[in-house]
Amino acid sequence: MPRVFIPTMLQPLTEGVQEVEFEAANVRQVVQGLEERFPGIGQWLVEDGRIKPNLAVAIDGETTSMGLLAKVGPDSEVHFIPAIAGGGE
Amino acid sequence: MSKKIHVQTNINGSDIDLLCESRQSLLEVLRDVLNMTGTKEGCNDGNCGACSVIVDGRLIDSCLMLGVEAEGKQITTIEGVAYTDGLHPIQQAFLENAALQCGICTPGFIVAAKALLEEEPEADEARIRHWLAGNLCRCTGYDKIVRAVLDAGKTMTAQSKSES
Amino acid sequence: MAVTTVSTVEEKPKYKVVGTRPIRHDGLEKVTGQARYSADINLPGMLHGKVLRSPHAHAVIKSIDTSRALALPGVEAVMTSADLPQPSGRVADLGEGAMMNPKFLSNNTLASGKALYKGHAVAAVAAVSQHVAEEALSLIDVEYEVLPPVLNALDAMKEGAPILHERLFTADNPFVRPGGLRDDADPEGGSNVASRFVFEMGDLEKGFAEADVVVEREFRTKAVHQGYIEPHSATAMWNRDGHVTIWCSSQGQFAMRDQSALILDIPLSQIKVIPLEIGGGFGGKTLVYLEPVAAWLSKKTGRPVKVSMSRQEVFEGTGPTSGSFMKVKMGATKDGRITATTASLIYEAGAFPGSPINPGVQCMFGPYDIANGRVEGYDVVINTQKTAAYRAPGAPAAAYAAESVIDELAEKLNIDPIDFRVRNVAKEGTRRLTGPVFPKIGHLETLEAAKNHPHWNAPLEGPNRGRGIAAGFWFNGSGPSSATASVSQDGTVILVEGSPDIGGTRAAVAMQMAEVLGIPAEDVHPSVGDTDSIGFTSTTGGSSVAFKTGWASYEAAQDIKGQMIERVAYIWDVSAEDVELTHGVFHHKSDPELRFTFKELAGLLLETGGPIVGRAAVNPEGVGSAIAVHIADVEVDPETGKTEVLRYTALQDVGKAVHPSYVEGQIQGGAVQGIGWALNEEYFFDEEGRMTNSSFLDYRMPTSLDLPMIDTVLVEVPNPGHPFGVRGVGEVPIVPPMAAIANAIKAATGVRMTNLPMSPGEVLKSLWDDEEGKNAG
Repeated sequence: MPRVFIPTMLQPLTEGVQEVEFEAANVRQVVQGLEERFPGIGQWLVEDGRIKPNLAVAIDGETTSMGLLAKVGPDSEVHFIPAIAGGGE
Repeated sequence: MSKKIHVQTNINGSDIDLLCESRQSLLEVLRDVLNMTGTKEGCNDGNCGACSVIVDGRLIDSCLMLGVEAEGKQITTIEGVAYTDGLHPIQQAFLENAALQCGICTPGFIVAAKALLEEEPEADEARIRHWLAGNLCRCTGYDKIVRAVLDAGKTMTAQSKSES
Repeated sequence: MAVTTVSTVEEKPKYKVVGTRPIRHDGLEKVTGQARYSADINLPGMLHGKVLRSPHAHAVIKSIDTSRALALPGVEAVMTSADLPQPSGRVADLGEGAMMNPKFLSNNTLASGKALYKGHAVAAVAAVSQHVAEEALSLIDVEYEVLPPVLNALDAMKEGAPILHERLFTADNPFVRPGGLRDDADPEGGSNVASRFVFEMGDLEKGFAEADVVVEREFRTKAVHQGYIEPHSATAMWNRDGHVTIWCSSQGQFAMRDQSALILDIPLSQIKVIPLEIGGGFGGKTLVYLEPVAAWLSKKTGRPVKVSMSRQEVFEGTGPTSGSFMKVKMGATKDGRITATTASLIYEAGAFPGSPINPGVQCMFGPYDIANGRVEGYDVVINTQKTAAYRAPGAPAAAYAAESVIDELAEKLNIDPIDFRVRNVAKEGTRRLTGPVFPKIGHLETLEAAKNHPHWNAPLEGPNRGRGIAAGFWFNGSGPSSATASVSQDGTVILVEGSPDIGGTRAAVAMQMAEVLGIPAEDVHPSVGDTDSIGFTSTTGGSSVAFKTGWASYEAAQDIKGQMIERVAYIWDVSAEDVELTHGVFHHKSDPELRFTFKELAGLLLETGGPIVGRAAVNPEGVGSAIAVHIADVEVDPETGKTEVLRYTALQDVGKAVHPSYVEGQIQGGAVQGIGWALNEEYFFDEEGRMTNSSFLDYRMPTSLDLPMIDTVLVEVPNPGHPFGVRGVGEVPIVPPMAAIANAIKAATGVRMTNLPMSPGEVLKSLWDDEEGKNAG
């Protein structure tokens, strides 16, 4: 089952739980699974049907550009982290 | 709008007549009156060297000279550095040494290097670094520029020996 | 001499083009003065615009009277923010996060209600010449009510500090969009703290309890400018049908289009942005400043309008990067294992939210494997220029603090600073403080290259000399990118890509196409398309171009290759599966008689079915992060406090260097910007918040005379996420220099410098304080 990590600042919503495991095949299902376990958490991650624009989703250490559509493998790690803007050379 | 003044000058070997305002710098005259935009404006106060030109054999910042002062002068700009049949050795050396990144400072550096190497083709690294201290480059860290000027100096020395 | 050692980490694939050093395609135009940059455009009937800027750092704009300016002969139009639609700025209106809050973007372009920094644009004019436009500025009457400014983040966070934005609330959670404004009905007052966030991992108490040595330090860095030599300039022509063309130099023609559309409130399809050559950006040319102004002035006058900044305007009106206040605490065991760390970073955003605090926090301890840690970050607005991205935004200041503390720990534990870093090195599988685990990175390989480098092992003799080392980390970015390529009858390929070329990326992108097609790099002719002639391509930023647009180029080449193989099969009447392309020759797998060179086939295309065009549109993942390790030797003059850099070596994991010369150039340039940041560069303000050094004379960037050659070592740990192993290389070299030089100054003088820049005055002060401390002690 994929491991889903709760960001530090959302842990008050999970009563300190840092990590959960549940079946999910994509990021949309990850968000749904989190919402089922911790009602209300989804609104911090998704807005207007998309991952919030200042958030990034990292799957197995790599940031994905596919948002809610991104595929999650059976042994994947999923993190929600603030997005990074680059500066150019 | 101020009255325009007639100026006769020579740019890159061609005699030309132009009209400019007395308040216009040589840089403005080159860029805005003559549309010779190879000479760049980086600061307009003589601190970056992007507008370097050679006037009567002397390297100057064209933003610090008035257009009307060009009367009777011989001026070389970046547009006059290449030969009709190919690049100047300094230009070639800049390409081969990857001595440019964004390229905005490049015309100024090439003109400044030309003013140096025509007098001192055997200038060493210390001399080159000192001479080019009036030209700012923000991309390269100067390493490859200094190497390019050293290389160009070698080529020019060899050329002058083969000619003499 | 620059030493380039390429260490082979895995067996390297044999490339014909990738890894070679051809002359760049756009080189000739740039050495002859023919290349056209933003200010080089002159159109028939063109007017010249100038921008009036606030003389006050914080003031209510009570009224603007433009009548005297409009009456001046030669003046064609005057505009203020009243001429622009004003987005409400409510959270619900936000588009793309803090940097793109349309209200902030619009109000930074032209101030509305309040001027928030000295140099803030207040009005603009269009006139028949630049000089007339300048005269007209002095005839615009602005009535200000001057307010007290707040000029640093600590003051801005105090109770009772002047508030810049009455409706700004503190987003104290990264999952709220930063930079949001309260609803008008909300009675709560404003705050200068735009956002605050925390990352935490492990057990801090336990971690610090295990430490034998704990170091705690505070650091202060100042705002520094990107310092590109080309001032901003934009030219616009608003046609009668409502379509507008904008010529400008930026890091992203699509970003300029989209931001201009937002500010002007017109559909983006009505704007075409033509990218001209860009004379340096470093992150500072990612936001609009002049484009919407030129567009509106053109709309008003019906003529093309060019608006250019002076150097003073560039310093006072465009983004430097943040100043910062940082606290770091770190503990380690006797055998050199880091057990815990905490850090608090406060970054000054300037007048509008959006400092690079987030990447600063996330990169700070990136190079290390630390089980227990906590980092918090603050984004604070103050009455100075709105900051813009600058090369690895946020990471350099954070690395300066982290790498100084690491150096001190190594020193206290009497462990070689490279060995100390090796004992704590992050590698594939290491969990970062921010949560995710690392894919393959080359920190260990780069540290080992440093350890074995002649520079590290050379004796450094003489008084007042010292050697320092520091590492740096940057994520690297990606994003959507497009490329199209057409095969010409003469066997060359015309490549159109969407990434503005700041430092030689046309070559790096073209070379990846040439590699696939088996043709020389010179046979691919790259150009950067305008917004109407190439698919969407994200901004040149995040060290992304050689990666993402290189990838698009690779895919477009694969598309061409596939189509050409089909064509060959058609001509020979064989199955496409039997045709191969090897080193630029199409041949039949089993019939050696059947062969076409790329050129031969190109010449037959039109008569055998028509032209062939390849295309690709990608948004690749798997960027692979960047690691740099720099070694600096310095000599400090104890009389003047001046620090001279004697020798400098920059080592970096570059994945695969596509064009090694331009990779070296990126490393050298980044290192030197870092040296400037370390030793000289800073914004000086007077008490009223006026920048007092807004020229290249007084804002002192390094010159050729200030520097030695910058040796580079390209360590190639291929990025498994890219077809050729490419990693972004442009940004990370600015991350280590400040700490490397601070650590070298410590070695030279015994004094640890905790404020940037380490200018002669600052160094002398520290030397004297140290002397007094010793005497007192």
